[in-house]
Amino acid sequence: MRGSFGEHALPRVPLTPTLSPQAGRGRTGSGAALPEKGKYIGRSVPRLEDRPLLTGQGRFAADISFPNQLHMRVVRSPVAHGTLRGIDASAALALPGVHAVWRFADVAHIPPIGFRLTGLTELEPYRQYVLANNTVRYVGEPVAAVFAENAYLAEDAADLVALDIEPLAPVLDAAADTGAFDAGHSTETTILEKSFGDIAAAFAKATHIVALDLSIGRHTGVPLETRGAIATYDEARDLLAMYGAAKVPHWNRDRIAQMLGRTVENTHLYEGHVGGGFGIRGELYPEDVLVCAAALKFRRPIKWIEDRREHLIAANHSRQQRHKVRAAIDADGRILGIDNEFFHDNGAYMRTHAATVPDLAAAMLPGPYRVPAYRARGHIRLTNKTPCGTYRAPGRYESTFVRERLMDAIAAKAGIDRIEARRRNLIDKNAMPYDLGVSTLGTQVIYDSGDYATLIDKLLATADWAAMQRDCKTRRAKGELVGAGFAMFVEKSGLGPFDKVRIEVAPDGAIEVITGVASIGQGVETVVAQIAAETLGVDYGTIRVTHGQTDRIDRGMGAFASRATVMCGEATRQAAVKLRESTLAAAATLMQTSADRLDIVDGEIVRTGAGGPSMPFAALAAAQNGLTAEAEYRQSHMVYPYGAHVAQVRLDSGTGAVIVERYTIAYDVGRAVNPMLVEGQIAGGFAQGLGGALLEEFLYDENGEPLSVTFADYLMPTAREVPHTGILVTEDAPSTLNPLGLKGAGEGGVNPVGATIASAVDDALGKPGAVTQLPVTPQRLRALIKTN
Amino acid sequence: MTKQNITLNVNGRDHAIAVEPRRTLVDAIREDCGQTGTHIGCEHGICGACTVIVNGEPVRSCLMFAAQADGKNIRTVEGLAKGDELHPMQRAFMEHHGLQCGFCTPGFLMLAVGVLEREPDIGDDDLIDVLSSNLCRCTGYQNIIKAVRAAAAEMRGK
Repeated sequence: MRGSFGEHALPRVPLTPTLSPQAGRGRTGSGAALPEKGKYIGRSVPRLEDRPLLTGQGRFAADISFPNQLHMRVVRSPVAHGTLRGIDASAALALPGVHAVWRFADVAHIPPIGFRLTGLTELEPYRQYVLANNTVRYVGEPVAAVFAENAYLAEDAADLVALDIEPLAPVLDAAADTGAFDAGHSTETTILEKSFGDIAAAFAKATHIVALDLSIGRHTGVPLETRGAIATYDEARDLLAMYGAAKVPHWNRDRIAQMLGRTVENTHLYEGHVGGGFGIRGELYPEDVLVCAAALKFRRPIKWIEDRREHLIAANHSRQQRHKVRAAIDADGRILGIDNEFFHDNGAYMRTHAATVPDLAAAMLPGPYRVPAYRARGHIRLTNKTPCGTYRAPGRYESTFVRERLMDAIAAKAGIDRIEARRRNLIDKNAMPYDLGVSTLGTQVIYDSGDYATLIDKLLATADWAAMQRDCKTRRAKGELVGAGFAMFVEKSGLGPFDKVRIEVAPDGAIEVITGVASIGQGVETVVAQIAAETLGVDYGTIRVTHGQTDRIDRGMGAFASRATVMCGEATRQAAVKLRESTLAAAATLMQTSADRLDIVDGEIVRTGAGGPSMPFAALAAAQNGLTAEAEYRQSHMVYPYGAHVAQVRLDSGTGAVIVERYTIAYDVGRAVNPMLVEGQIAGGFAQGLGGALLEEFLYDENGEPLSVTFADYLMPTAREVPHTGILVTEDAPSTLNPLGLKGAGEGGVNPVGATIASAVDDALGKPGAVTQLPVTPQRLRALIKTN
Repeated sequence: MTKQNITLNVNGRDHAIAVEPRRTLVDAIREDCGQTGTHIGCEHGICGACTVIVNGEPVRSCLMFAAQADGKNIRTVEGLAKGDELHPMQRAFMEHHGLQCGFCTPGFLMLAVGVLEREPDIGDDDLIDVLSSNLCRCTGYQNIIKAVRAAAAEMRGK
């Protein structure tokens, strides 16, 4: 088994980024296939990112300031739905130090924010303007913007801006009656459909039909750093700059330039340190556009830093869906067809992700199982709540919950074991590549590789599933409410269509890898340096990785959809191969030999086989007055990692708490560039998944007033709630779409946690199908226990 | 609003500053003393990203006014390393991959250092209770716990 469990089997390495790697190994010419485990690729080397973050030298958005800056404070609607009849800013403007108050009329020339992904044209009427015009549609919607000499004053002034809003009835349940978005548009924006096979025939010949009504709660990424944006305008050079960018700096640059009537050449975005992304941070939001427009207008730097209450009501929410799903099965529990009608609550507007989340939910629902006939019908609805976007494993946290609830129900209906029900329906490894028959994100879903049955075997052995069953049985006999849960899933990652990398070697030998991706805390600098160092033959600690700077590289796709390691990793490898080839060609002339007799080992250009004089890589760079290489990797298909989770839980019938006693995760990432970082991604994702399963939920009252506006109301897991997690990273199914076999690791930790916990809670209650709604809060669990 | 003159001693250096009575300690540390390593995560005392050590005790600097810290000794993340030599807690976080985005990290470092300096022999259960007072959204906490346990052992050994 080429896997590793927890920290035990990992190659532990010395712990300073300037470690000297283990003894060198031979290489055979440039561009040769990389070995199974290289000097850097496959090693848990320490992160290059850590030192400044540990010493207080990070540069997060709030750490950026400019002389003479104005602070922006956004005045937000306190009403969920209403007609905005007037704004009285006179008292605010009377405060000394208040520079201006903007309302819609001041930004009427700015078009609404457009779609980055899945931008169906019928959704365009639902886009959000940077300030509300005559209707407000959620509590938290930007209505006005105050600009003042300091942040305290800006907040004082914002409190003095009087809004005249006539309330309208809010729409709060996306699965109930629709309402009017405006005079010409319903709150049902569109219905998306995906299907294959003959669904009517499947249900006609079914032995059993299983039907479930399932809901996933509204929750989201909630990075520890709130959003922030600082814009400057340099009139002499006609240069607009925005700091605080994240995730997709190039796309946002293009849109900001377009919205403000500028060009991509005189508009630049800069990413500093980013305090967590998770899908929600770095999308183009109204506030980003406002600071840029204000910097242009006032010719002063404009700084905006969000507070936590704003973040919880204004940054993207996610996840809220209700699924009415039915499965047709035969007598043995084999799936004949799945028919799913679901209701997606997108909040008040269509933001940059447009239909992405419901589209992914519909496309990825079949998961690792053979489904001969499938139909998904998704109602994409708006409500008077915070608008939504993606959150780590978007559409999959939801659809895995639905599918795996269904698998448990199928097992119960067919009278077979839960694991056996899954085994009977798995897609066989010999069926790979497997064309699912649907498309999403502009690409056909074709599972590139996977050995699902083997992963189940490995996970159940690692978690000792059999012993867990015995333990649960014994303890249940003594009156304890304990149970075990299982869920399986296929992830997607490595979304293209391209990534571009340039490697520059300065005359002094300093190596810089310039990329169009972004770092949201996941360790992309280290991973990119590992791949470049491995390919080039230098120490990874000598490589500087630049990302998120639109003036350093003209194009880039950013960091989302677990794409950075796959897309940027392969582009880096290709650029490094080119650089290596040109280096050896130049060295061959100087060293009076041929390039195929040279190698680069630990930064030294050496002769292969026989000894003889060598030359430092840096000396060659000096002789060539620097070196450069560029590569653009294009890929129209995604790659599909897969995994499974096992949980053992105990229920406290007194408090309604779900105590997670044991949790084990198996995830096949094709190839782990840095197993320590892969495990870190999985462990962090798991904690977020646990939040969505048990704790986190944005609640609203009957008027649409948000009730979860502080960390005292919106509960995220702490060190007390997150148990130790066994993590098994496997490499049984390397991707066939890229030479390193890479698949993304970012979302396998979170994807099936809701499903796994639900399965375990059912088991503890001894009632299959008991859990129909996430999160399983103490109130909901106590209700389930009472009805049991 | 009228300002008052106070002196904050941050990592051994006095900063004579003028602040409004309502100015929070964290804003003063960041904006008036220029030490931006202390982060603001919630401004209502729950996430702990702003944790600093005031007169030997870890405190939420978003819940304290700057004026209340007048004349007190404040330690922030910038004061942990001795020159280029990292504090054992910083080193342990690196070794155990106890950070990802790094935003909550200064708060966790100061919380853990502050508690272990006062209670070097703190029991494991109490230690997890202490660590549950700060929020991290990236790591899932297990590596933070490992790092703090390792640093605690090293700090006890000194």
